[in-house]
Amino acid sequence: MSATDLEGRRVRRTPRYLPLHIVLALLVLYFLIPFWWVVVNSSKDSAGLFGGGNALWFSSDINYIENLKQLFTYNGGLYARWLANSALYAFAGGIGATVLAVLAGYGFAKYTFVGRRAAFSILLGAVMVPATALVIPTFILFSQAGLTDTIWSVILPTLLNPFGVFLVNLYARDAVPDELLDAARVDGAGEFRTFVKVALPMLRPVIVTVLLLSVVSSWNNYFLPLAMLVDNRLFPVTVGIGLWQSTASTYGAAGTNLWSIIILGSLVSIIPLIIAFLSLQRYWRGGLTVGALK
Amino acid sequence: MTASTSGPVPTKGGGSTPLPDDGMTASTTGDVQTTKRRRTNSRQNVAGWLFVGPFGIVFLALLVLPIGYALYMSLFQKSLIFGTRFVFLGNYLKAFSDPSFLGGVWFVLRFSVVLIPVQMAVSLAIALILDTVTSKFARFSRLMIFLPYAIPTVIGALMWGFLYSRNFGPIADVFGAFGASGPDFLSSNLIFYGLLNVVTWQWAGYYMIILYAALQGIDPTLYEAARIDGASTWQIIVRIKIRLLTPALVLILVFALIGTLQFFNEPKILQQLAAGAIPDDFTPNMYAYQQAFTLANNNYSSTISFALGAVVFVCVYIFMFVTRKRGNFLS
Repeated sequence: MSATDLEGRRVRRTPRYLPLHIVLALLVLYFLIPFWWVVVNSSKDSAGLFGGGNALWFSSDINYIENLKQLFTYNGGLYARWLANSALYAFAGGIGATVLAVLAGYGFAKYTFVGRRAAFSILLGAVMVPATALVIPTFILFSQAGLTDTIWSVILPTLLNPFGVFLVNLYARDAVPDELLDAARVDGAGEFRTFVKVALPMLRPVIVTVLLLSVVSSWNNYFLPLAMLVDNRLFPVTVGIGLWQSTASTYGAAGTNLWSIIILGSLVSIIPLIIAFLSLQRYWRGGLTVGALK
Repeated sequence: MTASTSGPVPTKGGGSTPLPDDGMTASTTGDVQTTKRRRTNSRQNVAGWLFVGPFGIVFLALLVLPIGYALYMSLFQKSLIFGTRFVFLGNYLKAFSDPSFLGGVWFVLRFSVVLIPVQMAVSLAIALILDTVTSKFARFSRLMIFLPYAIPTVIGALMWGFLYSRNFGPIADVFGAFGASGPDFLSSNLIFYGLLNVVTWQWAGYYMIILYAALQGIDPTLYEAARIDGASTWQIIVRIKIRLLTPALVLILVFALIGTLQFFNEPKILQQLAAGAIPDDFTPNMYAYQQAFTLANNNYSSTISFALGAVVFVCVYIFMFVTRKRGNFLS
């Protein structure tokens, strides 16, 4: 202990947390291994994949360009179409769900209307209805209405986001002061104008959060489009890759050249999500952690 | 919106109930003149319903209607001899004596009982570590551990399926180097653990973030006070941190329970890779899917969906009711 107090503490602190840092490093390794495997193996052709080389390292030739070319030309360029479909479903469903959730959440937070208590209790109950338990009933209903196998069969059900309403309500109650709304009303602004001009700018953070959560959950959706769609030109990328995967598994060795495409297709499909995730993380955390903070 | 720093999201103590008392709102709109108040109330009524209405329509059309229709469908049976006839609870009696359905329920219950404690322990341990260590590497780790949450479950399951695979996974290589044959997580003996690992990998980071945010919300002076009273680090973790995390842990338990009981995506994706280990009636949702799509038996499929949804809903509601005194996210 010849060093000063401050330095002494600094010297002690580093080794104290060393074991925890090692634990963290091992955890990071575990959580990243699947990503690493996909990055490495999407560079291989089928010979490299099945040749028995190191599964966690690159083989002698790197085939990214060749595999990309195959991915985007296989089945007449179906993969690009799947990506576009995913984007369409995610944004149409996500934006629609967000608009509805913001309107309803604001309505619940700022108006006293007949039946509000009952409606809000029902909403809270709906937050707990398992989403996939609704898929087959919705499918049966839509098939009666002749709506299955259309883009609407995927977009319409994703408009329902009770948790988004709950989130906006929670935020609007505290973030939008009643006095400000009253002031706008006194100035003669109508209710909708007050909402657009006064409340909406204040709700911006929660709007971004709800939008992000809705877009990502519909991008990641699998069960709903799997149930609704038959025409493979309407598939989102999750269902498409699932289809290729089951084809490749079923036909065994005959489907082996398909595996390189599937692996690269998996990688390409998650890149937009990883970028969105890393660049917008503060919005993620806001939405995910609400409710845990009470 | 970083909920932990900005005020709007209710924090401990300063929280409010989801619905402010009607009296409170009325007092802000002014109770000077009753006529004015009456006019305000009718204006509030109309405007309130106009804002909530569009969502209400979607809610009725895409939640109430499908559930009601499934309930209706589940009361009928279709057969070649009798055509479609009303059987009241006949389908439910059939479901609750159908080994496929009961087997699926038994599997998801068994899976939940193992998965949820494991997941909670892992995410709690990571959150506690990240609450203690504040280095740059810890912040990086937090992000990387959370990353799987952003990945579609389909792709997550597929990536692990590749890793498990005998053809191109590393497990065979690693064990082969020692002259042993590695475990096959896609065989019917080990698929339970294979799936356990996939789900833990996918969700532990999400739960960790919830717990971490709750930990960050705890007033640090509590730790100082405890330390002055002679509490050890371990005592602080158990007596203060974990105790104050209870609402967040309840939230996680509910999310995990809802998710696991309706298990579908991961086993469906691994079904082809794990040849034979995952039958079509592996989970209740997969069984309902098979009934609807392979066998075109909409009545029975509706029955299973409705029974599953009702079971989940009732379980969760009872659970929330029992734990409401401890504080949960809906109280």
